[in-house]
Amino acid sequence: MAPSTSSAITLHVNGEKYTLPVDHRTTLLDALRERLDLTGTKKGCDQGQCGACTVLIDGRRAVSCLQLAVAAEGRDITTIEGVADGDQLHPVQQAFVDLDGYQCGYCTPGQICSALAVIEEHAAGWPSAVTDDVRPEAGPPPLTADEIRERMSGNLCRCGAYVSIVQAVARAAGVEAAV
Amino acid sequence: MKEFGYQRVLDVPGAVALLGAEPDARYLGGGTNLVDLMKTGVERPGLLIDVRDLPLDRIEATEDGGLHIGATVTNSDLAAHPEVRGRYPALTQAVLAGASGQLRNMATVGGNLLQRTRCGYFTDTAKPCNKRVPGSGCPAIEGEHHNHAILGASAHCVATHPSDMGVALSAFDAVVTYETADGPGELPLSEFYLPVGDTPHLETALPAGALITGVTLPPAPVATVSRYRKVRERASYAFAIGSVAAALDVQDGTVRDVRLAFGAVASRPWRALTAERLLTGGPATAEAFAAAADAELAAAEPLPDNAYKVTLMRNLVTAVLTELTEEAAR
Repeated sequence: MAPSTSSAITLHVNGEKYTLPVDHRTTLLDALRERLDLTGTKKGCDQGQCGACTVLIDGRRAVSCLQLAVAAEGRDITTIEGVADGDQLHPVQQAFVDLDGYQCGYCTPGQICSALAVIEEHAAGWPSAVTDDVRPEAGPPPLTADEIRERMSGNLCRCGAYVSIVQAVARAAGVEAAV
Repeated sequence: MKEFGYQRVLDVPGAVALLGAEPDARYLGGGTNLVDLMKTGVERPGLLIDVRDLPLDRIEATEDGGLHIGATVTNSDLAAHPEVRGRYPALTQAVLAGASGQLRNMATVGGNLLQRTRCGYFTDTAKPCNKRVPGSGCPAIEGEHHNHAILGASAHCVATHPSDMGVALSAFDAVVTYETADGPGELPLSEFYLPVGDTPHLETALPAGALITGVTLPPAPVATVSRYRKVRERASYAFAIGSVAAALDVQDGTVRDVRLAFGAVASRPWRALTAERLLTGGPATAEAFAAAADAELAAAEPLPDNAYKVTLMRNLVTAVLTELTEEAAR
């Protein structure tokens, strides 16, 4: 017997539970936007190359365009709509506003979700591809502009607001906004 | 995208049995390559078996002092693991050189080994490709091949394997472990990828239906002084046009042990055994490093637009081994 090609699933998004039937082909991105009306998460390339669709899954950043909705069942999903505390912007959001970390704004939800994770990953001591010495005894690398650029490289900004994005991430992380 | 069934599995025997019952099923790990290929119709599975919840997500020390990395460990967790960073730093560097933070959180070790080439003819179903449609031809040889293979390719396919992680695993003699309906098995990474020949669509020596359960790294004291260097067309978040994983043990100016593997030059991570043999016991000098690279690259058969890779790899090997010599002296 051919396997069923759809399932009823429950998604946990921003602390809410949503039960919905999905065709297995549905990505988490399309489920969020088209089914749950959470349109803050943006579709850019739909191929995992631009980062506009970045959300947090179980606290870790992921591209929702390559995440099947059915495979996200039971996982804790945070989208840009779940970042602020009511009307109080998250410090990362506030830094993007204060420092003009965007132009058209289309990539911004993904940039902000990614930046939230970058700050956590760095705080956890994760090295990056530009970290000179990755050995544990070398200690965590300082969050320099180079480190921020490398860690944010999965989020493209076609307006080219990168200079301000780096500064916004640095401010939110509480480090000097080097260039 | 073709419609497909989906099932999450919680134990390895259940996963293997399920795949055995559905010939057009695929295991789903992070999906960062498979889902992308399903969108474009390159992959058309009838059933996805989601293996992300299998108990294969740990990195553990082996009795002989090596490491066993579970197949569902994410790239991020592999790169961040203190034992990996301390004992096989080139492996952490290789993983961090690949993809983006988002993709590394999703992608798994097993999936990384099985990811497909990014050759533009393979990923475009409107084009011929011997890997995707056996016998249809290889337009890359006459066409766009500036980032294709210079070593071990054939008249049937010149695609490269895109993994960075695999290059470091190759340098450190990794062994792939797997499970089948008939029981477990293992394959050294050196035998994991099949020669291209006239069957580029057959990529690995894994038995039909096998599930990769992990990768075992033997102990390698030389790996503590190791490095992964990747050259690409932009500073970050791009596939390699050439890369090197190297480890070096130098005593009194003499090479006591060396590991060398190349990425983005062949259909598999290319272990540079010819160069290693030439270097071992010889002087740790830039001249010797370049001569060893030349000897390894003597087998290169570049195409008109990728001949630059021969020079690139020679210079990359020389630079990385020189840096490691300096690091070993500190």
